[in-house]
Amino acid sequence: MSADTNGQPRIGVYVCHCGTNIAATVDVEAVADYAAGLPGVTVSKTYKYMCSDPGQELIKEDILANQLDRVIVAACSPSLHEATFRRATAAGGINPYYFHMVSIRELDSWVHTDVAEATAKAKDLIRAAVHRVRFHKPLERARVNVNPAVMVVGGGIAGIHAALTLANAGKKVYLVEREPSIGGHMAQFDKTFPTLDCAACILTPKMTEVGQHPNITLWTMAEVDKVDGYVGNYQVTVRHKPRFIIEEACVGCMECIEVCVFRRGKTPDEFNLGLSMRKPVYIPFPQAVPQVVVIDQDACIEFRTGRCKKTCVEVCAERNAIDFTQTETFDTVEVGAIVVATGFKTFDPKRTPSYGYGVYPNVYTAMEIERLVNASGPTEGHVTLRDGRTPQTVGIVHCIGSRDVNTNEYCSRVCCMYSLKLAHLVKEKTGAEIYNFYIDIRAPGKGMEEFYNRVAEEGVHFIRGKVADVYPEAGNTGRVILQAEDTLLGRVRKIPVDMVVLATGLEAQADADEVRRTFNITCGGGGFFMERHPKLAPVSTFTDGIFLAGCCQGPKDIPDTVAQAGAAAAEALALVDKGFVEMEPNTAYVVTEECSGCKTCIPLCPYTAISRVDGKAYINPVLCKGCGTCVAACPSGSIRQNLFEDEEIYEEILGVLANA
Amino acid sequence: MPEPMDKPAAPATADGWEPKIVAFFCNWCTYLAADLAGTSRMKYAPNTRVIRVMCSGRVDPQFVLEALAHGADGVLIGGCHPGDCHYQSGNYKALRRFRLLKRILLAFGIEDERIRLEWISAAEADKLRDVVNEMVAQVKALGPARLGIPPEDWAVGLEEEADEEVEGVTV
Repeated sequence: MSADTNGQPRIGVYVCHCGTNIAATVDVEAVADYAAGLPGVTVSKTYKYMCSDPGQELIKEDILANQLDRVIVAACSPSLHEATFRRATAAGGINPYYFHMVSIRELDSWVHTDVAEATAKAKDLIRAAVHRVRFHKPLERARVNVNPAVMVVGGGIAGIHAALTLANAGKKVYLVEREPSIGGHMAQFDKTFPTLDCAACILTPKMTEVGQHPNITLWTMAEVDKVDGYVGNYQVTVRHKPRFIIEEACVGCMECIEVCVFRRGKTPDEFNLGLSMRKPVYIPFPQAVPQVVVIDQDACIEFRTGRCKKTCVEVCAERNAIDFTQTETFDTVEVGAIVVATGFKTFDPKRTPSYGYGVYPNVYTAMEIERLVNASGPTEGHVTLRDGRTPQTVGIVHCIGSRDVNTNEYCSRVCCMYSLKLAHLVKEKTGAEIYNFYIDIRAPGKGMEEFYNRVAEEGVHFIRGKVADVYPEAGNTGRVILQAEDTLLGRVRKIPVDMVVLATGLEAQADADEVRRTFNITCGGGGFFMERHPKLAPVSTFTDGIFLAGCCQGPKDIPDTVAQAGAAAAEALALVDKGFVEMEPNTAYVVTEECSGCKTCIPLCPYTAISRVDGKAYINPVLCKGCGTCVAACPSGSIRQNLFEDEEIYEEILGVLANA
Repeated sequence: MPEPMDKPAAPATADGWEPKIVAFFCNWCTYLAADLAGTSRMKYAPNTRVIRVMCSGRVDPQFVLEALAHGADGVLIGGCHPGDCHYQSGNYKALRRFRLLKRILLAFGIEDERIRLEWISAAEADKLRDVVNEMVAQVKALGPARLGIPPEDWAVGLEEEADEEVEGVTV
């Protein structure tokens, strides 16, 4: 307690209306009146919006006018405005940690309907805070230097754009991609909606720039194994999978592919979704970055038998880039921030067997059609059926694995538009009649509705109805019948088509859960990574210094992905460019005189922050992250935690129960 | 899946008694789930009073005893799912302490439903709502914990009981 108030705290309590967000359910005036009668409360007020400038000014003025030495604001969640009110408290000239925030919106007015009950709850919560703040102490935030390097995880368009933005700002960037080339899904697309510009034409210059940028270290066939440290000072361990090619020595001449003992490819080509075959030594696609071949250990004769003629090694000659002895290696680098851009996977339509994928040969996924219409794809851009014929009729079935309670409830956002694009491209290339089976056409965004109109005017048919069944036409025609209820006509339609395109939705990566744990971030609905705030912190996570970009956060199209990647890069830049970060002072500390030296705490600490010095426990404040598990375990109560002192929590317990 | 109907606040019992549940929520998962329940405007029973801690591993068993001793009818501890702890393993430590504490409390006759440890991730606002509603209903069915009664009041009850038992017998 400050000396000039005779040991009695002088508490200011501020109850926010938040417009009607709080005031409609909590009787804020009654709450403020009640708080005014609590011991130590000098000032108790309500205000329409405490977070506004006048609201903050109110706190500052009251501190000065009434010699307040404690401030309580009952408003929204501390995750939104705790920092705001700490600043306002500091502006009044007292330590910001004399402030305490009470959530009466997220924890009260928004989740309850009864005014009497919500008001009683608000009173209890504020009473707990009044009990608690008396024990608050002045605290200082420690400054920690920030490593200026940034790691970007995932080399799709999101990761590429984020990496380039950071590198162009002069920061060292490590770009980690698990596939042999960067490019991601976008590299597989033919054209992009709604402008129909060629995906490769706009993507490959950026890929090349990444490969050549002096500030970017590109690691392909690499995955993040472990992340240690904290904001500004992460130590990231990267696992390099063997490529069996010495990257620096390979010039991408591809002669080894020519001379491989396999005359023809026998392994399904991942890039073409198995629509073509590749050899054991291959380059993922012509524009791959880096332009370095890769050897598939599972397919290569040398690995399988050890008796290959190794014509590849022969032809590589003095370059000697092939190395069959490569093994996994690890690198650990220090970075200040990490941008996670690990992308998505497409829905596997085998999970919805009624569409006949994998049963009828001419049922394709949209990604497969992307490769078929692509000039560098397996058919050099000719859209053909499996038997080589050109389709006369094509059915595009929307919402496969989206907007369906049996698979994913969410809308994948991009399928309507890419279906329209594929309808246009397939019609252009084959002249086929195209039927779109849709639930709703979702075409928000710049140029999207116009594109829909354009495709409709081109004569593509639209049938509003969800396809219920796909079955073969009688008479061995090779065609299948798409059956759906046309909800605009009110009758069942059965349309025979040569080719079916399933507009599969977007899903979180299969290993999103492991990735999330590696980076200590959270998954939201559907396994997509959760942003710190859906509106105001859309690229931040709950772990400081870890940012999100692209479809790993949720389905989105290329323009949105690039915009978000730019935002993530800017947030990371704001952090590393500042050069330092202030740490929350909620660390644990030992009251040495009371410590018996029992060592209970030492093995509990996940950060090995506790050691034994002169027979007593010592907590290194730089390593401590403030979880408080040692505090709870200390048998003599000699470990304390700033901001979460035992007294403070006991007083909160007493406070919430004082009326029980 | 259609969302279950938001349950209205539990109606007060005849004598107006409403259970009071002290909840310790970790800052990174369960507290955020409570925030999400708020922003999603889910409705749940108003009987919990949340105390925020950084990690469920910070919850000293004594906090639970203290809450019961001061009149809480139940205590709910919320942490991150196993493997998801923001501090790697604090939730496991919470679980170990919770198991031991529960044994002691059961031995003291404190019902199982009054003390609950739940893993609720930041995305599981619906789970938070369901857990709170379920726990409030269970504790309501049990009635007041009556552990917060001052010693003198206990003595009063004992005397009355003693009188009944020894009726007709001279003491």
